Amino acid sequence: MKKLLLIACLLVPGLALAAGPSVPLDKANYDLTDKASLQNGAKLFMNYCLGCHQQQYQRYSRSFEDMGVPLEMGQEYLQFTGEKVTDHVTNTMPEESAAKWFGAAPPDLTLVARVRGADWLYTYLRAFYADDSRPFGVNNKVFKDVGMPHVLQELQGLPRETHEKRLIDGEMVDQYVGIKSDGTGELSPEEYDAAVLDLVNYLVYVGEPARLEAESIGRWVLVFILVLFVFVYLLKKEYWRDVH
Amino acid sequence: MWKNLLDWIEYRIPMMRVANMHAIQYPAPRNMNFWYVFGFLATIVLVNQIVTGIWLTMSFEPSAERAFASVEYIMRDVEYGWILRYMHSTGASAFFIVVYLHMFRGMMYGSYQKPRELLWLFGMFIYLALMAEAFMGYVLPWGQMSYWGAQVIVSLFGAIPVIGEDLVIWIQGDYVISGATLNRFFALHVIALPLVIVILVFLHIVALHEVGSNNPDGVEVKRPKGSLKEEDKTKFAMHEYYTKKYDIIDDVVPFFPHIVLKDLVAFCVFLALFCYVLFFNPEMGGYFLEHPNFEIANPLKTPEHIFPVWYFTPFYAILKAVPDKLGGVIAMFAAIIALALLPWIDRGKVRSWRYRCGLHKWNLLVFAGVFIFLGYLGGTPQENWKIIASQILTVMYFGFFGLLWMYSKNENTKPVPERITK
Amino acid sequence: MSKVSADANDSSEVASQPQDNTRRRFLTVATSVVGAAGVVGVAIPFIGSWNPSAKARAAGADVEVDISKIEPGQLIRVMWRSKPVWIVRRTPELLASLANHEDQLKDPNSEVEQQPAFAQNRYRSLKEEYLVLVGICTHLGCSPQHLKDGAFEERVEGVPEGFFCPCHGSKFDMAGRVFENVPAPSNLVVPPYMYLDDTTLLIGSEEGAA
Repeated sequence: MKKLLLIACLLVPGLALAAGPSVPLDKANYDLTDKASLQNGAKLFMNYCLGCHQQQYQRYSRSFEDMGVPLEMGQEYLQFTGEKVTDHVTNTMPEESAAKWFGAAPPDLTLVARVRGADWLYTYLRAFYADDSRPFGVNNKVFKDVGMPHVLQELQGLPRETHEKRLIDGEMVDQYVGIKSDGTGELSPEEYDAAVLDLVNYLVYVGEPARLEAESIGRWVLVFILVLFVFVYLLKKEYWRDVH
Repeated sequence: MWKNLLDWIEYRIPMMRVANMHAIQYPAPRNMNFWYVFGFLATIVLVNQIVTGIWLTMSFEPSAERAFASVEYIMRDVEYGWILRYMHSTGASAFFIVVYLHMFRGMMYGSYQKPRELLWLFGMFIYLALMAEAFMGYVLPWGQMSYWGAQVIVSLFGAIPVIGEDLVIWIQGDYVISGATLNRFFALHVIALPLVIVILVFLHIVALHEVGSNNPDGVEVKRPKGSLKEEDKTKFAMHEYYTKKYDIIDDVVPFFPHIVLKDLVAFCVFLALFCYVLFFNPEMGGYFLEHPNFEIANPLKTPEHIFPVWYFTPFYAILKAVPDKLGGVIAMFAAIIALALLPWIDRGKVRSWRYRCGLHKWNLLVFAGVFIFLGYLGGTPQENWKIIASQILTVMYFGFFGLLWMYSKNENTKPVPERITK
Repeated sequence: MSKVSADANDSSEVASQPQDNTRRRFLTVATSVVGAAGVVGVAIPFIGSWNPSAKARAAGADVEVDISKIEPGQLIRVMWRSKPVWIVRRTPELLASLANHEDQLKDPNSEVEQQPAFAQNRYRSLKEEYLVLVGICTHLGCSPQHLKDGAFEERVEGVPEGFFCPCHGSKFDMAGRVFENVPAPSNLVVPPYMYLDDTTLLIGSEEGAA
């Protein structure tokens, strides 16, 4: 019996190692409590993503409230579609023509962080590189032959696969050292990473808006269960005293 | 006043008599250890599933167009809707965890042996109904895994000779999995199967109380009338339903409060784990809520890897292990039927593994390991070595039953004690 | 029959050991209290989920109405919280006539709170000219008809215009006040509203409250 439990304990974590992408993913250290980051992420989303991707299950007002943005201000600076602040985050791109332009309709991004995971998004958005063989002139290390342009190019500049001459075993070899921007973007590489992290933070938030509330309620619930446990345990001992 | 009211009711319906007989003055062996709490926990989870299910039905829209959106509506727009939804989704996995442990308990202590064969069979029917219930429930959110999981499972029926293809279309109500399928699964999930499960649980408990609870020693606590000396009889007041027919040995405690309190202690531990998942980790690394299911069903795009939810994966591995479609389906159902036939496959007279031969202990442990490993194989992406591994493990799965049948006939057992051990 | 009692097995019957009943009773009560608190806590999400959802609240938000196009004597209907709201531009003659039949009314001075405080007057409105009412009969929830040009006079002598409920015959005047001897118990409801400017009404909020 104890052996069995031991076997189970050893096996279960192994299961988690199952599937994994070929490119190692960078860790996205997002912080849902960082409202400034969420607001910046929302701004980036509304400006660069919403043209093609909707978040049709999320209401603007919900995001604004949770991110600490007064509704009027949010409506003015962050809401470019819909009429009312309670409207869903949608765009007006008709699905058929979208499919025609991009080959497939751009997916809804409300839950993208729950489908792909924050690390994947963080890596993906920093893994575009110039590739003239592709229709939009870019490809992606994480999502091979991706069907979308590099919409953040204005911020990052044009990223290129970079090789450096290195001395290996006495020979000069061209070695791939990663993706480097050509420097035409508005942001430095560090600033770009930070901006992408904000955007990922926002996407994680929208994926599960109740996350923080769940954790704060959850802490109290666990404390309560502990109290209940103590009383139930003492009562049980009290009644079983006579039996043994 | 209160007493009068109770008497008034009691005269007309046996309320307190049933409560005394089945809960308060039910004799339970005092050595029932922590393996004996999972039946109680399963009942609690069943209640949780029914109540949260009713509440989810209030906001869920069972149509291909609206199902996915209405789940997100529950998660975002309905006040505390996310708690209700996570209670239900966490409860589904919790149900199978406690049921698997409950079943393994039965196997360890021989709780399926005479006279508890029907009790075990009712349990197996509950397990079957539960699998159908869980499968149909998983289709309802209409995500990618809902859709393609349903596609794979329903097309299993296509393996049946002659009528298979027509049967699949009949089940789907369409040429593919569609809104029609979703709607009928919804009806079965929220009304038909819960009714069946509740009735089976009722029968399971009635059958249990007729034959009495087994215990880790496998010692019978109800002895023939007149066989016990007065000092060996229990000092607790037990219901006359039991005391008239039997002498009850001094190794029992009343179900209430002793067993109930013990169950409640276990319940608190279970609740803490349950609430940790519910509030902090509802996806449980993609095992309780699979990541691809957060994407709306798309009949044109199959997800890279399709797996059923973890609790089906052992049987899914058996299905995949057999290279023939019909053969795979037969093997999968045979795996469940073999479990159901356990009372007749095991020809031993000693119940608890404590007093059975060493081979039996190893056989059981290996079986548990095989089951878990099959679950791993069925729930991870296909690789070449896994096909061979799952074939070997499938043979080992059935080997458990074959071995048991053979050695249980003339088994070398230890002496079973007369009384429950201290 | 055996004893019908929940404490039949209180182990006091296992007589040999000494009993500490105070401790047992204290723990039983304390555990029950904590458990009951838990049940209340669990009930919160179930009860809370019945409140109007974000969708319902969004649909029930305040409505802006442009009233510049309403002709004198005309009634327009708008939807607010899925209920019909009437806006009537009343003529001076109509306003003057409101005083004439007050002896036939149940609650001529609007003492029953069926309106925001600002509308507790003869005209039951913020500006006399514009009447704003929820168009739902206070009897059983039908929507009354607007009758004028003598059609209402057939039902109430001397009153040329009013609201008549076809379901059970309740009658209201052009300030939404209910007449005597009809099933409706009280005046029609005036929703909270305010003027954003001279030609724009906001239905759903009143000045100072929002």
